[in-house]
Amino acid sequence: MTWRTISIAPILPLLVGACSYQHYQSDFGNGAVEDTQFLTLFWIFIAVCAVMYLLVIGFLFASIARRGRAEANVVEVGRHHWSHPLMRSTLMGWGALIGVGLTGLAIASFFTDRSMAKAATGEKLSVTLTGNQWWWDIVYNSADASKTVRTANELHLPVGMPTRIILHSSDVIHSFWVPSLAGKQDLIPGRENDITIVPRKIGIYRGQCAEYCGAQHAHMALVVVVDSYPDFLKWWQHQLQPAPMPTNPMAMAGYKYVTSGPCGACHHIGGTPASGLVAPDLTHLASRKSLAAGTLPMSEGNLYGWVEDAQSLKPGVKMPTLAMEPKQLHAVVAYLETLK
Amino acid sequence: MSSLFRASLLATAVAGIALAGCNREEHHSRAKPIGETVPAGESPDTIFPGSSSAPALDPRAALYDNNANAIAQGQQLYLQMNCVGCHSHGGGGMGPPLMDDEWRYGGRIDQIATTIAEGRPNGMPSWRGKLTEDQIWDLAAYVRSLSGLPSKDAVSSRAESMSAGTPQSLTPHGEIKNSDSAQQ
Amino acid sequence: MTDVRADSFDAMPAEERERIRVEEENRRLAQERKKIARDGPKLRGAKLEARLEATWRRPPGIIGWLATVDHKEIGRRYIITALLFLALGGVLALAMRLQLARPDSALIGAERYNQIFTMHGSTMMFLFAVPVMEGVGVYIIPLMLGTRSTAFPRLNAFSYFMYLFGGLLLWVAFVLNIGPDVGWFAYTPLSGPQFSPGKRADIWAQMITFTEVSALAAAVVLVCTILKARAPGMTLARMPLFAWAMLVQAVMIIFAMPAIALCSSMLISDRLIGTNFYNAAEHGDALLWQHLFWFFGHPEVYIIFIPATGFVSMITETFCRRPVFAHAVVVLALISTGILAFGLWVHHMFATGLPRVGYSFYTAASMSVSIPTGLQIFCWLATMWDGRPRFQVPMLYVVGFIITFVIGGLTGVMVAAVPLDLQLHDTYFVVAHFHYVLIGGAVFPLLGVLTYWYPKITGRMMSETLGKITFWLTFIGFHMTFFPMHWSGLLGMPRRVYTYPAGLGLEVPNLISSIGAFVLATAVLLFVLNGLFSLYRGAIATPNPWGASTLEWATSSPPPVYNFAHIPVVESDTPLWDVEGELPVVTGLRVDEKETLLTTVVAATPDVREPIPAASLWPFISAIAVGIVFIASIFSPWALAVGVIPCAIALTAWFWPKELKRHPEPVIS
Repeated sequence: MTWRTISIAPILPLLVGACSYQHYQSDFGNGAVEDTQFLTLFWIFIAVCAVMYLLVIGFLFASIARRGRAEANVVEVGRHHWSHPLMRSTLMGWGALIGVGLTGLAIASFFTDRSMAKAATGEKLSVTLTGNQWWWDIVYNSADASKTVRTANELHLPVGMPTRIILHSSDVIHSFWVPSLAGKQDLIPGRENDITIVPRKIGIYRGQCAEYCGAQHAHMALVVVVDSYPDFLKWWQHQLQPAPMPTNPMAMAGYKYVTSGPCGACHHIGGTPASGLVAPDLTHLASRKSLAAGTLPMSEGNLYGWVEDAQSLKPGVKMPTLAMEPKQLHAVVAYLETLK
Repeated sequence: MSSLFRASLLATAVAGIALAGCNREEHHSRAKPIGETVPAGESPDTIFPGSSSAPALDPRAALYDNNANAIAQGQQLYLQMNCVGCHSHGGGGMGPPLMDDEWRYGGRIDQIATTIAEGRPNGMPSWRGKLTEDQIWDLAAYVRSLSGLPSKDAVSSRAESMSAGTPQSLTPHGEIKNSDSAQQ
Repeated sequence: MTDVRADSFDAMPAEERERIRVEEENRRLAQERKKIARDGPKLRGAKLEARLEATWRRPPGIIGWLATVDHKEIGRRYIITALLFLALGGVLALAMRLQLARPDSALIGAERYNQIFTMHGSTMMFLFAVPVMEGVGVYIIPLMLGTRSTAFPRLNAFSYFMYLFGGLLLWVAFVLNIGPDVGWFAYTPLSGPQFSPGKRADIWAQMITFTEVSALAAAVVLVCTILKARAPGMTLARMPLFAWAMLVQAVMIIFAMPAIALCSSMLISDRLIGTNFYNAAEHGDALLWQHLFWFFGHPEVYIIFIPATGFVSMITETFCRRPVFAHAVVVLALISTGILAFGLWVHHMFATGLPRVGYSFYTAASMSVSIPTGLQIFCWLATMWDGRPRFQVPMLYVVGFIITFVIGGLTGVMVAAVPLDLQLHDTYFVVAHFHYVLIGGAVFPLLGVLTYWYPKITGRMMSETLGKITFWLTFIGFHMTFFPMHWSGLLGMPRRVYTYPAGLGLEVPNLISSIGAFVLATAVLLFVLNGLFSLYRGAIATPNPWGASTLEWATSSPPPVYNFAHIPVVESDTPLWDVEGELPVVTGLRVDEKETLLTTVVAATPDVREPIPAASLWPFISAIAVGIVFIASIFSPWALAVGVIPCAIALTAWFWPKELKRHPEPVIS
């Protein structure tokens, strides 16, 4: 855990709450090669489309302006079936102009596609992302099985390197979208899709599921942390560590409840008997920046609220309301906070 | 057709749809945790101490039985908690089949919920403390649907997975026959 | 040939006997034929009109109301019902905007909000947009073509009832909180049996079946009317542009609707009896739904837009005092848009991971479909340039249409490019795009044309002042609501979210959109109030208050039940502008039976005299029978088997051959 990431964690809620947003989740974030190329193409399209629009509006306003003139080819003077021959040539010119404009735009689009595909070659890292109702299961693939990392709802990427993200879904169609980094790609059950991202700027970004996936689609976000390569490796190393055995008695009581009670039936905590695979991995829960797939910033208060009554915070979520007694709740949260 | 007649016909139709839909589609907010209203260790099957009539149906039954959302949740939990490991998709294996009409420990939803919560002799584990009451009742609602006991419009016809038998909406309506727990 | 003695008759050979029989029969029929009253030089004016009125009028009372086959009555019903659904869908939109006005709002919960946006989309697309176009078409087309009735008037009545029952099914379910919550396009597996428990998605899918049957029936009626029932002399080249637009739209409906009928039926089948069409684990495919849905869904938006281009053409012609420039180009543009629209659907699926090479084709196709529309826009602008535009309310809406729709078309060109679409798909940018093309491209012309044809339909004029205020409020309200959505989409706001977090810069655009929505709602309310008050207070309308050129203005406002006392003959594409005094007419149609004249498809030479059915309750009863089958089949597949019987009875009674009661016509042999 670097000082950098520790220091950002408490600042993030403040930043997110501030009025001046910083393109965490915006097409103008320019955080990766893909988004940069999108922006280039976007401005080309805006320019060409603006010119076309101004031509139409110019023609419209000119027609309105000249309505008061004496000469007009109207029924009142019996000339309603006549048109100036120049009008027909202008029509054809207009059609040709539209054709040329659209062809140019299509070619620009094609070239952008090609350069995005070229940038995506030579991936150095492969991640498997599985979409669930309403959280993201993330596995960092490695040839060495003992080096794979499983986490949830927070993706760490090394800057400057192509990362290939393989997309699966365990239930309905979701869509992986981090606007500041790249376009979206759907997660479709029964299909394997993939997207390659080459981040350019170190920072923290936010993505959201972009395909309606049920009740809490609005709260299926993920945090993407782009680090320098050495920082990224440090993070990976840390993720490989199992959860430490707690030392203080309150946390120990929490550990006992978590591993023998309902938590372990669904969640996995490395190094403990809790080995459920159907819910987010909690081994390094407290090191994440958000809770409940980007719904809440990570904080002690939010942990209390989520563990006690998830249904009030995110109604319909699969995590049940536990309604523990206060002593148990304190113990559980104390333990969860040790899972850094 | 007088307009009064038409209006009353419409009202009846609406009432019909309303009554049919009332509990089936309700999504009970689980924000209010359901407290323990049933004492542990309820009578396991058809032998009741004292009088010979069965105890009254738990009031929670109305919330979960014939509730489409509960059955759907139960279906997901059935797969996630690996009930399939012993009971397969209702056909049984190490555990008894759940899609037939023989119920060793009772086929009412509260009896099934007790079975899941307490465990039973011969290998059914106890899930009390591992699953919440709400999850257990969801599972009980789903298990009933494996043998065609809830009304057909509340069950889902199939899961989004490999076919595991007759679609549940086509399962013939089941009965509850209390069987001997010694039967294998 | 006088009487023949009985014995000598039997002694004759067979052919001779037959010849005498035929001659006697023909003589008897000739006598009968003299008794048939027909319109013509001998019967005209008030006497003719009284007799036509008596023949064409439907029975009074509730039975007559249910049994009517008058296209004007059915068209009015369609329009009023569709505007009611517009209001309901609009109220839902206001609810959504209230919820989204602030971040992390707790006004409307997730479940309710998901139902609301599903209902908003489904209501607007299936219960408002297509039916209102059908309704205006069904009302105006026979008048514009100079005929007395649509083809298949009972099928027309049936289509209205199917539409009404489908809309009632959906809305009653929503009010009872068993309505759908899967989005208006209901992607599988979310709408499948596992992830949408209960009957909500089935109700949505069956509403589709109702409205699709209704639209198909209306489309068949329109195609046959436009091709066969035109006034003599109205060749295809002289046919008004609105009739061309309705023809292209109706043919598109016939090709597009079956795809959604199929995929929604397959969804019901998956949910009801456990088939595996969309189940990947059993070799079905979740993407199959998307392909089939969008194969319908893309032409659907052109089905909505193309009649609106017809509206714009008619208004532009009338208010610029000249026919639309390059009539042939506009017709070809309509036809090519209709054809090209079927080759674009994969642009809704650019994020699904299909092969990129295939995507390039759809990018090119999606961009090229804007070429015919671009040419049409030039033609309308050229008409304004060359003519003398009068900016009364309908023409204001045309100007608003051009300003707004072209923006929508250009953002459409943007999302046609795959790299752009991968960022913009499923965000508020796309929401902005389609509202620009649907409201700008279809609702603005609709409001204009309702003002334009209001005098014809009701016999009164709408208030011009109130109309102008309504237009400006609509224009300002619309842009205030939807322009900021381009911005919120670019800032990362996905679609179909019931709330969004603070701090992403989404607060300001959403707040402006929400305020704009209320301005737009006020405008729509004003339009409705204008329509209602003008019914009682509006200036009485003459037959042709705008000085237009097409045939619907050649009859009174509102038209008599038989439309025209004599079928007019047409010699140009602007008949009322090119004829001095009375229009030439054909005579000879019966006045004691409902009868109209059919003409040939291209040259419109008179072809046959076609009897028109009398008012009949069987379309209504058939719609009830079919409706019960559809609704019951949500709950059990047996409904289809059992329900065939009452449907068969109703349809048999409907189609039972009827004979002319009096004075049968001789068969032409």
